[in-house]
This record gives sequence, C-alpha cells and structure tokens, in this order.
Amino acid sequence: MLPLRFRRVTMSARVLVGVKRVIDYAVKIRVKPDRTGVVTDGVKHSMNPFCEIAVEEAVKLKEKKLVKEVVAVSCGPQQVQETIRTALAMGADRGIHVEVSGKDYETLGPLQVSKIFAALAKKEQADLIILGKQAIDDDCNQTGQMTAALLDWPQGTFASEVTLEADKLKVVREIDGGLETIKIKLPAVVTADLRLNTPRYATLPNIMKAKKKKIVNVKPADLGVDVSSRLEVLKVDEPPQRQSGVKVETVHDLVEKLKEAGRI
Amino acid sequence: MTSAGSYCCLERSSWRLQLWYALLHHPSTLFLNLTELTDQQKEFQEVARKFAREEIVPAAPSYDRSGEYPFPLIKRAWELGLMNGHIPEDCGGMGLGIFDACLITEELAFGCTGVQTAIEANSLGQMPVIIAGNDAQKKKYLGRMTEEPLMCAYCVTEPGAGSDVAGIKTRAVKKGDEYVVNGQKMWITNGGKANWYFLLARTDPDPKCPASKAFTGFIVEADTPGVQPGRKELNMGQRSSDTRGITFEDVKIPKENVLIGEGAGFKIAMGAFDKTRPPVAAGATGLAQRALEEATKYALERKTFGKFIAEHQAVSFLLAEMAMKVELARMAYQRAAWEVDQGRRNTYYASIAKAFAGDIANQCAADAVQIFGGNGFNSEYPVEKLMRDAKIYQIYEGTAQIQRLIISREHLGKFKQ
Repeated sequence: MLPLRFRRVTMSARVLVGVKRVIDYAVKIRVKPDRTGVVTDGVKHSMNPFCEIAVEEAVKLKEKKLVKEVVAVSCGPQQVQETIRTALAMGADRGIHVEVSGKDYETLGPLQVSKIFAALAKKEQADLIILGKQAIDDDCNQTGQMTAALLDWPQGTFASEVTLEADKLKVVREIDGGLETIKIKLPAVVTADLRLNTPRYATLPNIMKAKKKKIVNVKPADLGVDVSSRLEVLKVDEPPQRQSGVKVETVHDLVEKLKEAGRI
Repeated sequence: MTSAGSYCCLERSSWRLQLWYALLHHPSTLFLNLTELTDQQKEFQEVARKFAREEIVPAAPSYDRSGEYPFPLIKRAWELGLMNGHIPEDCGGMGLGIFDACLITEELAFGCTGVQTAIEANSLGQMPVIIAGNDAQKKKYLGRMTEEPLMCAYCVTEPGAGSDVAGIKTRAVKKGDEYVVNGQKMWITNGGKANWYFLLARTDPDPKCPASKAFTGFIVEADTPGVQPGRKELNMGQRSSDTRGITFEDVKIPKENVLIGEGAGFKIAMGAFDKTRPPVAAGATGLAQRALEEATKYALERKTFGKFIAEHQAVSFLLAEMAMKVELARMAYQRAAWEVDQGRRNTYYASIAKAFAGDIANQCAADAVQIFGGNGFNSEYPVEKLMRDAKIYQIYEGTAQIQRLIISREHLGKFKQ
C-alpha cells in the first residue's frame, strides 16, 4: 500500500509542459533592415528543441503511469496552435493556448510568461511543470527559474535525468563542474537539458488522433497577468564579421606580434 | 427547385453563386484546392521529411553498395505510420487518400528511391485487395499488415510479358475447391521478402477469350508449397530494393483467395494502377527534388573562373530548368491524386504524371551529375546514385511508351466525343 501522500500526488498528478514556437534551428537568421529584430515572416518555425525534450519527458512519465495528465501550454498568436498540436501528437492530453499577439507578443519575455505559468499552475492544480531549459531564439534561460520563484516551488534546472521517488523528484543536473544530484519535493519546476531524452517522432496515427484533443483559449487578463514589458529593444545587429588572422613563422614572431598589439 | 426557378436565381445571383454553379458543371476547373495543404497534410509531410532526411539519407549509400534489404528503415517507417496508408480504417489502417500518400512518398523518395520502392510495392500489392477484396479477404490480408511490419508484392510481369499483360502465360486451373497455378513471374519487387502476393494468372485457356474475361486475380500466401522465389537480381539502381523472379510449381490456391471471381483479374490489375501511378510519379519527383537540392548546394560552394559556378549562367539556367521540371511534375502528380480522391476516373492524369515525372527525374539526375562535373561521376558524391536510380521510373509501373499509348488513347477519345 502506497502512503497516502504518494497516492495523492502520483495517481492524480497533472503536468504542465510549456512549448514555445521559435524559428526552426536549421534556418539562417537574418536581421530586419530596420534593425528592430529578426525576419520572421515566411520563415519556417517549429517547436523549441528543449521544449520537445520537455514534452517527451512528460509523456514518458504518463506512459509509466506516474502522472495522470499532460497539458501542453503555449503563449502567442494563432500560429502557436500548430506547436500545441505537435505536443498533442507526441502524447500530451490537452492544450492551453494563451492568446498574446501583436506588440505584446513582440515584447513577451520570461517574466510575463512565468507569471502566466504560475497562474495556470494554480488554476489547473498542476503538480509538476516541465519546461525547456531555454529557448533557442532568446537564450534567456529564465522562465523555469522565475516560475518556481513566483510559485515558491523547488526547481530542478538543466535536468539530464528525472526520477520520481515517493513524493520527491530526484533530478540529476548538468552543471559546469559535472553532474549534481538533488532531491526536491513536489510540486516542482523542472527544466529539460539536451541529454534528458530523445524526443519521439509524432507518428501519423497520433497526428490524426491529436485532432480530436482539445485546445482551450485563454487570455492573460483572465489569469490576472499584465503582459506589458518593462524592457525596450534599442537595436538588433548581426555579430561582427570575423576578421581574418595573421600567420607567423616562429614563436619569436608570435611573441613580438602579441607585444605590438598590446596583448602582453 | 425547378430548372426555371434556378435560372431565375442565377439572373439575380452574385458572381460568386454563378461561379459555384459553373464549377458544379465543369469539375475540371475546380482545381482551386491546391493553394495550401491542410494542417494535417503539413504535419504528415513534416514527419516523412524529418524521417527521410535524418534517417534514410545517411543510410542510403551503404544500402546501395551492399544491396542489403533496408529492413530497419522499413520497420521504422512502419512504426511511424508512414507505410500502408491506404489500408482502410476498419482493417487497422488510416484510410488515407492518394493525395496524402503521395505527399509522404515524395518525401521518402527524396531520401532513397530504393527504400521508397520497397515501401511502395506494399501499396501496389495491397491495392487490388483494397479495391476488389471482400470483407474476409481485406480483414485477413490487410489486417495483418497493420499488426506487424510485413511486406507484400504484386506478381504480374513475366519473363516474356511486361507491357503486354494480356500475354502472360501463368496458368491457373480449377480443381475442386482449389486452383493449381504453374508459371514464371519476373522482376517482382519484394519478391523474396513478401508475406503474400497478388497474383494474376490466366484461367481461360481459349486464345480467343478477351483479356477482360481470361484472367483471374489471386491472393497467394508466400509460404504455399511450390512458390519458389529466385535469386535477388543485381540491378542498375534502387539496389536495396529486392527484385526477383518467382516460379510457381503446382501451387494450390483455395477458391476463397480469388478476388471478385474468375475472369475479373485483368480489370482489377489495371484498376490498381490508377491509384498507384500517382505515388510512383511522386517518387520520381522526390528524386528530381533531391537532384535539384544537391546540385544547388554544390553550385553555391564550388568556384571556377573566380566565381561560384551558380553565378555562371550556363549552370544557373540548368538549375532553372531543373526547378521548372520539378514544380511541374509535382503539380501533375497532385492533380492525378486529387482527381482519383474526388472519385473520378483519373487514368489520363495519372499517365501524364507518371510519364512526365519519370522523364524529368532522369533529366534532372543527369543534369545534377553534370553540375557536379568530375565529382558527379564519382561514388563519393550522391548524384551518380540518383542517375542510376532514376532510370527505372521510365520502365516500371507502365513504360514511358505505354503511358504515351494511354494518353493518346484518352486524348483522342475525349476529342471524338
């Protein structure tokens, strides 16, 4: 007989997974001529790779019968529904589309998104939030941490392994020095790192089944969240072109050149 | 609504209603459908594209060299639901239309047409059962394909009869509740790997009997005693696909395995082609697309006379013509697939698509080798394989010449009306 606490957490456990629609990783990014951002019109978009890993982990937990329901959430305009559908085709049970469009979408950042997730976690009574560690467009690596702080939940970030043990989560984290293993109590926030798992393909039968799964539309105002941004993007530039180097014949020449350049 | 009433309506109606009315009576103009794929079609295409580029493309060269049957790739395609799309839902399949199946086929062919042909042969073998099988036959032979990754094959061609299907000599003689089959088939794709075959054999020995009554279609279990697959043939291209001769020596087939009835075979065998020619055209288009992409990438990397070769008009014009051919082939197979999905007879469009796509696949592959120059002739680069793989598209599933026969017959037939 499982302890009452364990039974409450696992048999009815609900996981929220955040999925972000980003420019596809294979696309060559171009800066807009007015230098206010990058070109997104007509450019191929797909689910953030770390979000795919997050969805895969959640679906795996459901297949092991450790959680009951996986809810995919995305914030943005109409097009993010494609991203939610992909999560549904991978095995999520239902989706929530938080409608943010126009100027608000351009300035949407980790602080607003984490407020949205915190509000949704309370509304949906989630026990676990799994997010990608960062998005490949802004590389912020903040949403998971901020969400945990707003909810006052423990966090296991850069997860390369997640195991449910009784009512605790054992998380192996990839850190600069190596691997760190922590145990955190549920409810918690986990952010997925590259080696957590290999995301599955959505199979064709699952894509067809996903059409029948529900996606609910919600506005940030309904969740009591103000999506206005306190940040202003001044300009966006390409990184400076790499200058060609200079070849030298001997170590002596190298030292001389470095001295000339004021480097030593 | 009387015709007088509808005429009055038309007088007062907006141009929109008139357009609808006109299109209702001229279905050939209703090809407005094709501006955008549905979300589901895009998702299917994405899965097939990802699988082809990430898993088929890297593995294809070694399968081509060894000639080994690409079963791991086929199994993976089966797991992802990329195979057996035509099987009806009540047999465990997805009941996809020909259009959706073509989208998937083009993407897989981009990866390797040898792998794609092995997969496509399943559709060809299954099609007679899908269009002509009774419930018991469908459940038995299509059902098992969705339960495990099995292969099947379409056994019609013989050493002495390819284009002239009515000239096949394999004999099926009724003896009690069985038919006894004797004969030789040749160039059967998946011949050595199939779990069952669709077999066309002559049941009426009278040479004066018309083709439409003389042949019968059978489903034959591959392990039936007397079925002897020959050796795997070493072909010019699509070398990973398993092609064999098969000898039938006193093979006994139960009468339950006859499709429709004695004498119905020719029509079934030909009817299957209307549904399988568009995917073959799609496969040829996938190969041509691969040729175009490889050639374009190379042309933007290789320099000569101080510029990228893509900046020399001779090369950029070659690429432009390749692009024209690929786009037109794609539109052709999509039209043929769409027509048959609408429930209309698509023989004319299917033949045009297959003939055109087969021809341009060969042209684009040869042009790609040309753009690669000396490197193109070499096996370290991907395009020589494309040239070897492309040739069969002008031969199988109805030769280029037979397609022209069909197109001229359909065209003249329409004209005379």
